[in-house]
Formats: sequence, C-alpha cells, structure tokens
Amino acid sequence: MSGCGDDPVTLSGRSLHPGQANGVVLALDEPLSFWGGVDPCGVIVDAHHPQRGSTVAGQVLAMQVGRGSSSSTAVLAELIRSGHAPAALLLAECDAILVIGALVAAEIYGTTLPIVQLAPGDLARLHTGTRAAVLAHTAPLAATVTATSR
Amino acid sequence: MPGDDALVLTAEEQSMLAGEQGPATAMCMRLIVGVARANGAERLVPIESAHADGCLYHGVAGLEFTERLVSLGARVRVRTTLNVGSLDLLHPGLVRADPEVAENGRRLMDAHVALGCEPIWSCAPYQSGHRPAEGSHVAWAESNAIAFVNSVLGARTDRYGDFIDIAAGVAGRVPYSGLHLTRNRAAALVLDFSAVPAALLDDDVAWPAIGALLGELAGTRVAALTGLPGDLNDGGVTEDRVKALGATAASAGGVALFHIVGMTPEAPTLAAVLGPAATTVPVTAHDLRRARERLSTAATKSLDAVSLGTPHFSLSEFAALARELRDGPSFSSSIDVFVSTSRAVLAEAEARGYADTVRDAGGRILTDTCTYVTQVLRDGIRTVMTNSGKWAWYAPANLGIDTVLGSLAECVASARAGRVVRDERLWG
Repeated sequence: MSGCGDDPVTLSGRSLHPGQANGVVLALDEPLSFWGGVDPCGVIVDAHHPQRGSTVAGQVLAMQVGRGSSSSTAVLAELIRSGHAPAALLLAECDAILVIGALVAAEIYGTTLPIVQLAPGDLARLHTGTRAAVLAHTAPLAATVTATSR
Repeated sequence: MPGDDALVLTAEEQSMLAGEQGPATAMCMRLIVGVARANGAERLVPIESAHADGCLYHGVAGLEFTERLVSLGARVRVRTTLNVGSLDLLHPGLVRADPEVAENGRRLMDAHVALGCEPIWSCAPYQSGHRPAEGSHVAWAESNAIAFVNSVLGARTDRYGDFIDIAAGVAGRVPYSGLHLTRNRAAALVLDFSAVPAALLDDDVAWPAIGALLGELAGTRVAALTGLPGDLNDGGVTEDRVKALGATAASAGGVALFHIVGMTPEAPTLAAVLGPAATTVPVTAHDLRRARERLSTAATKSLDAVSLGTPHFSLSEFAALARELRDGPSFSSSIDVFVSTSRAVLAEAEARGYADTVRDAGGRILTDTCTYVTQVLRDGIRTVMTNSGKWAWYAPANLGIDTVLGSLAECVASARAGRVVRDERLWG
C-alpha cells in the first residue's frame, strides 16, 4: 500500500459527474443531508451531525452515502451558484440526488463539480486534512483521486 | 465497471439529445442521460405522467433553471402535476413569507405553469385525480407521493426530486433503473403485525406509528407488511391510513415502496413479493408505542396549535373531521387550528359543507402549500399537536417547535380543551 509518508496514493473510481478539482479532504463520519443539514455558506448545521460547525465549501467532501431529502439537489445547485459548494464529492454509492445538482449547475452556470464513486475501502483511506486532486471524465468513464499525506 | 457505457438510446432519444426537437428537450435529455449513465442504466423508459416538486422555492438556482426552460420554449410532453409551492395563492393572508420568498416563490410557481404543468399545488396528487394505472411507469417527486404511487397504486417510479422531475416531464423519459425494474420491487424485509391488538390497529393513530417503525427498520429497503387490516375500496378510511403510514415511513427512513399483504396491488400473497433472503421481524404494541413517542417531543400538556393535513387532507378526512365537530363546542381561543389541503379537495369540502363546519369551529384552511414548509404559524408557538407522522418528523427542525402525535379525535379534543388530551388505554 502506498500513501505512507509523503508518497501520494492514487485511487481509481467511477465518474458520476465530470470535472477537475484540488482541495483538502473533509471525510464525514456520518451521512449528511444538504437540505436542512448545511447553511447557505456551506457550514454543517445539522444538530445531530458529529461534524457540525465544519464547512464543506471548497473541500473535497468524502462520504459513504448521502442522506435524506430529494430537496438536497436544489440546495447543492444553490451552493454551487453562490460559490459555497464542495470542490468535489467522493461517494461509495451513486447518489442521483447529488448528481442532478451538479448536472443542473453545469447547464446553468457552466460549473464542473466532479463527483466520483470509490470503493468503500478506498474512500476510507482518505482522511480529513489530506490534500487531494480529483479528475473525473464524462460519466461513466474512469476517475482518479490522488491524495498526499497531511 | 469503470468505463463501461451500457446506455443504449433509441433513434428518437438520440434525436432529442441532438437538439432536433428543440434546445429545451435537449437540455432535459442531457440531465436524464447524465443520471442514467451515473446509475449504470442500460436504456431509458417512456413515462405516462410526472409529478414535480421543484415549485417549492429553495433558492435562486432552482428559479433560474426553471426560467431557462421557459425561455427555451419547453413544454411538458406528459401529464405533469405540481406539488406544493411556498405560497397559498387562494388565501395569501395566511402565509407570512419574507419578501424574497414571496417574490421568487411566486415566479417559480408561475414558471412551472408556463411549462404546461397542472397547478394542483398538492403533495397528494392521488387525491386530485392523478392516479396512474397499475404497472405504468411514471416520474414522481415528493416522498409521500412516491411511496403512495408505488405501493398503493402499483405504478412504478424511482425516487425523483428537484430538476429531474420536470426534465422527465419535458423529455417523457427516465432511466430504466431503480424501482422501475421488477427485480428491485421485491421485499427484503417482512414486518408481521399479527400480534398487535386489533383495537389499536383500528385507531388511525396507529398508522403513522407503523410508518415510523417501518422507516426505522427498512431504511431505503422494500418491506412487506403482514397482519394489517383494511380494504382500499372502503371509501377512504384505509387509503387515508396507508397514506399516513407511507408518508411517515418516507420521512423516518427512505421508504419508496412497501407492500401490505392482502391489500396493496402487487401483494395478493406474501409469496408474490417476497425477495430472496428476506428476514421477518415480529412487531408488538410496545414497538408501536415507542415509535409514537419518538414523534412526540413535547414534555408537558401545554399546547399552542394543532396542524392537520400533511400530506394534504382528503375528502374522507374532512368528512371525519366534520363528524367530530358536529354539535360540539368550538376550539379553544388559545389554540390555532390549521388544516392543509389541495384546492380541488377544498372545493368538494365546500360543496359538502365540511369546510364551513371547520371554520365555524375556529379552524383555518390552507391550500397550495403546507404549514411546515413556509411561514404560517405565528411567532411564539412552541407546542403543536398533529395527526401526521410526517409533520411531527420534520417540524421540530424546520420550525423550532415541539410536537405531540395524536389521532384526529385526540387533536379535536385537545384543540377544544386547550391542552394535550390523549387516550393512553389503547397502547397497553
């Protein structure tokens, strides 16, 4: 296994939405609903979420699955419009609710928020604070996530 | 597998995607195809109708998307009904929306009408004449409507939401994946209610509790429920109960399809819906009591308001409320009572005199929207009683209030008494 010390680790996944981004990983301990869980500036406000108070804006957001309401689509699109969206989304399962938010923002605002599906074990190797570069081709082609140590 | 593009489009669909049927159709097809590729769908499937919930205002992006469709000349190509908006267009004085929501929420509702959608403004389209045939493919949004159309009507929808719902209405197609596929409609879990006393199951308050338990145990899985009484052709009582069950299960979990054996169309027998390796969970009255308590956050008997009609009140629920109110005292002046419904059901409730009976008792009737998605309750309201498990699930976070779940009769008794009145004997 690579990724120890300063060696970068490169993970291969499946592109759910194309785009390219660099940022710092925020690995969520529990699923997050954007609707009702994130404020207009991208701060986690869900009272039950262990990472309440963290911001998703500009982060490479890693979570096993999304949670809850289909209104999360509109909330993600609104975060992209206002510049408070994550830089990239890394998921263990395809979540159409979030994919649609990225597709609509691409149509209306020309943004390219990469969304990548990784194997659950690979996703777990990404730790909060790590820097990551995400490259996702047009779905369902390949995607890569290259992470360096903290 | 990464890199595998399994999706095959028909010549008609390729023409739509290429823009030969206009830029709006092409844009909607790009969204449908984008989701189909992410889902790994092998083809699209034509739909017979859609129900869109993007008409509730969540921000500028949704408004700009919908107005872009209008400016590109989009029209829905299948029947598309509309969910609630942020405003009550018939009774504007009841909603105290801030200026942005009032202005943009109205524009968003107008834009959906301009796309050719039917402005029924209801989360219960199945009570406003939109009831797809068993086995038909549809694209419905709004979690309670999704659960109802799949489970009670036996039509087939996956979980759709903002943007994809209206895109499906314009393109007339959705990815052939999720609950459109027969293999994904089998039960992974069986809940057996045969040990629950009949008297409890015969009270309407049991049904949101059943839904909360189902949501907790099933999550997003399909479940079969055995040992539940009722007949969907009894004039509305059973349908209202199953509506309450599904709405609560969709809120407390992510339930989009359940089967009630011997009642719902795909489940004449348990064997007809049982998936491989399904496990069975026996349910007790104690389990239901616990589920009810989770929907009641209030610690005292004090009460400020009562909210009925989430999902929207049906005509049979209006009839039951009018029966409760007949010849009895009015509501306490200290309690605000709201009933949310659709304009179509309200028109019938007016014709039968039910609406006047509610107003004469001191109740207010809200249409086109709902008391937990927009500003209706006055400031200072702290504890609200409801017969809706869905309302009880969302309102504490959305509105910052405490809830008490009760039956329709308990809600009426409490609104008259000015404090919480519940009959605990049923629960053992």
